[in-house]
Amino acid sequence: MELWPDILIAAFLVIGGFFGLVGSYGLIKLPNPMTRLHAPTKATTLGVGGVLIASMLSALFDRGVLSLHELLITLFLLLTAPITAHFIAKTHLHQNVRREDLPDTGTGAPWASESNRDIGSGKGVSE
Amino acid sequence: MITRLLPHPLLTLLLVGIWQMLVNDVSAGSLLLGLLLGIAIPILTSAYWPNRPKLRRPLKFVTYAMVVLWDICVANLVVARLILFRRNASLRSAWVVIPLDLTSPEAITVLAGTITMTPGTVSSDVSACGRALLVHCLDAPDPDAVRDDIKSRYESRLKEIFE
Repeated sequence: MELWPDILIAAFLVIGGFFGLVGSYGLIKLPNPMTRLHAPTKATTLGVGGVLIASMLSALFDRGVLSLHELLITLFLLLTAPITAHFIAKTHLHQNVRREDLPDTGTGAPWASESNRDIGSGKGVSE
Repeated sequence: MITRLLPHPLLTLLLVGIWQMLVNDVSAGSLLLGLLLGIAIPILTSAYWPNRPKLRRPLKFVTYAMVVLWDICVANLVVARLILFRRNASLRSAWVVIPLDLTSPEAITVLAGTITMTPGTVSSDVSACGRALLVHCLDAPDPDAVRDDIKSRYESRLKEIFE
């Protein structure tokens, strides 16, 4: 067997591992919840992507089959990562951010997580 | 007739594609089973899609996906550099408000997802009326430039596709 497919696969594994590590390090290093959210949503995508490409190449060169599972994992990852991030951001906005600290929407209406905040705290509930 | 058999042709295509990927093999048998599922599921669920989104230009979506995939790679490098080489104190993180021209909920969802996956931005909230997005930037010396960039790069493309 030739050497260069192995080198290619190893390179993608190293790239994937590096970005996974950077994403995890960013989670510890960055100063507050909103900035911490940036690390796992970005750096980890390429981390997982690198490992998936390595997996496809390995199936292609070592076993001679075209593996499609990895494309499906990519698709589901791209669908779920922003939604998870959005949920975490919403929870943070609900619990820790005051209305005055957010910029104005510019449309006259409040932000969605503010408009029903009073219901959650029991303040805005009418009789 | 054709609309009754295929109420949602793109969903049919998507289901066939996903079935091939799940089976991890393209053969006549799996293609047939995928096609059966692709026809049965849209018919059975069409009652739950009263205002299903219409893609005006499905092919443009391919270009859009390519642009976004490229931007995701760039985003990873940018954020990795910010994490590794910038001190926390020098990060100028900021909230940015994006006024929306898009009106369909599906288009806004795709835009919000794109923003989260691309350079240094996470979409955090939508206004109660659905006409503005709240975006958090990791490092934005010029928040207005971020807003204009998102509007011209992603929103204008999505507007062509969905509306």
